[in-house]
Amino acid sequence: MTEAIARLGRFGIDSVRHLGRASLLLVQVLASMGEVLRRPRLLLEQLFSVGVLTVLIIAVSGLFVGMVLSLQGYYILSQFAAEATLGVMVAASLVRELGPVVTALLFAGRAGSALTAEIGLMKATEQLSGLEMMAVNPVRRVLTPRFLAGFISMPLLAALFSALGVLGGWFVGVGLLGVDDGAWWGQMQARIDWNEDLMNGVIKSLVFGFTCVWIAIFQGYNSVPTSAGVSGATTRTVVHSSLAVLALDFALTALMFD
Amino acid sequence: MKHVKQTEILVGVFMAIGLLALFFLAMKVSNLGTINTGESYRVTARFDNIGSLKAKAPVTMAGVEIGRVVGIGFDKERFQAVVDMDVYANYDQIPEDTYAKILTAGLLGEQYIGLDPGGSDVVLKDGSEIEITQSALVLEEIIGQFIFSKAQGGEK
Repeated sequence: MTEAIARLGRFGIDSVRHLGRASLLLVQVLASMGEVLRRPRLLLEQLFSVGVLTVLIIAVSGLFVGMVLSLQGYYILSQFAAEATLGVMVAASLVRELGPVVTALLFAGRAGSALTAEIGLMKATEQLSGLEMMAVNPVRRVLTPRFLAGFISMPLLAALFSALGVLGGWFVGVGLLGVDDGAWWGQMQARIDWNEDLMNGVIKSLVFGFTCVWIAIFQGYNSVPTSAGVSGATTRTVVHSSLAVLALDFALTALMFD
Repeated sequence: MKHVKQTEILVGVFMAIGLLALFFLAMKVSNLGTINTGESYRVTARFDNIGSLKAKAPVTMAGVEIGRVVGIGFDKERFQAVVDMDVYANYDQIPEDTYAKILTAGLLGEQYIGLDPGGSDVVLKDGSEIEITQSALVLEEIIGQFIFSKAQGGEK
């Protein structure tokens, strides 16, 4: 009995300690932001590995998600003879929800896990300690460029996802199912508001990007420097990022679209 | 050095594609491309009942969009809804005795304002009010009237 209470207490203390350490790390990362901007080469390399290498999976997923949305939407809308609004349905669900959320989930799986594994291995092979020995701040040199790269990449990737999704949906809806081309674009433009729908989607993807890279670099930096430790940290990155994204999405949607 | 150059190019392409996607979404998917940012003038109208008319609903004449509803208020002395609308400045020859009514796009669609031109030589200006209006059709009221008239018909 006492053991159970003690375990609960330990869990509570651990959670708070983790949160505190993650926040401290975030403050350090944000404080060294100026340094990174003065050395854009570091950022460039990370933009490549975080952003460019994620483009393919985002592009293909976006295309297929849009195509499936179009197929399923047509199935329901055609029962009410409302196929003309198919474009609105596809674009609204992509721009508001699926674009930011699915991109963030894929981003956590593709880029977040890679970041954690890289940083964790750097720690395990004592490269981070090596940097410190050479009086180079590992947060500034290693973590901040990765953080900033993730934060910049995420909204661009989400926009790419939504844009290709709309095109994929257009291909299926207009090309294969015979929805009118004019109705597809016209209704879409009439109903999707750039400020209310598009910008809120971009804000969402910024928040998700921030959360995902924060979790990724914290898990890597905080990992136990062994093989099992790095593997556990990588798993935690993906699980925590996905849960955080889904929970945040609910909160943001409730706030934005009342 | 060659490797760095290639990275730079690929990152540049990535950023360009991302921004292009955002631009595509803004111009082609959302209403930013069709938004009328030009000059407009403000006209108000009072309605007994606006149904579910919302701000940003289109204002049309002969089916063509000539403006947007910008605000909906309530006149607490006359118990009427006050609808402010911006009419685009190039449609500046709308007669003063124009008839404004609230219409519904399709059976269950959004509500919008339709204007029927009057015959007056005086035209609407910034700040003028449309005097002749017709309320939105509220489905319950129509059904209520129908049932009422049916019941009366049965008695006769």
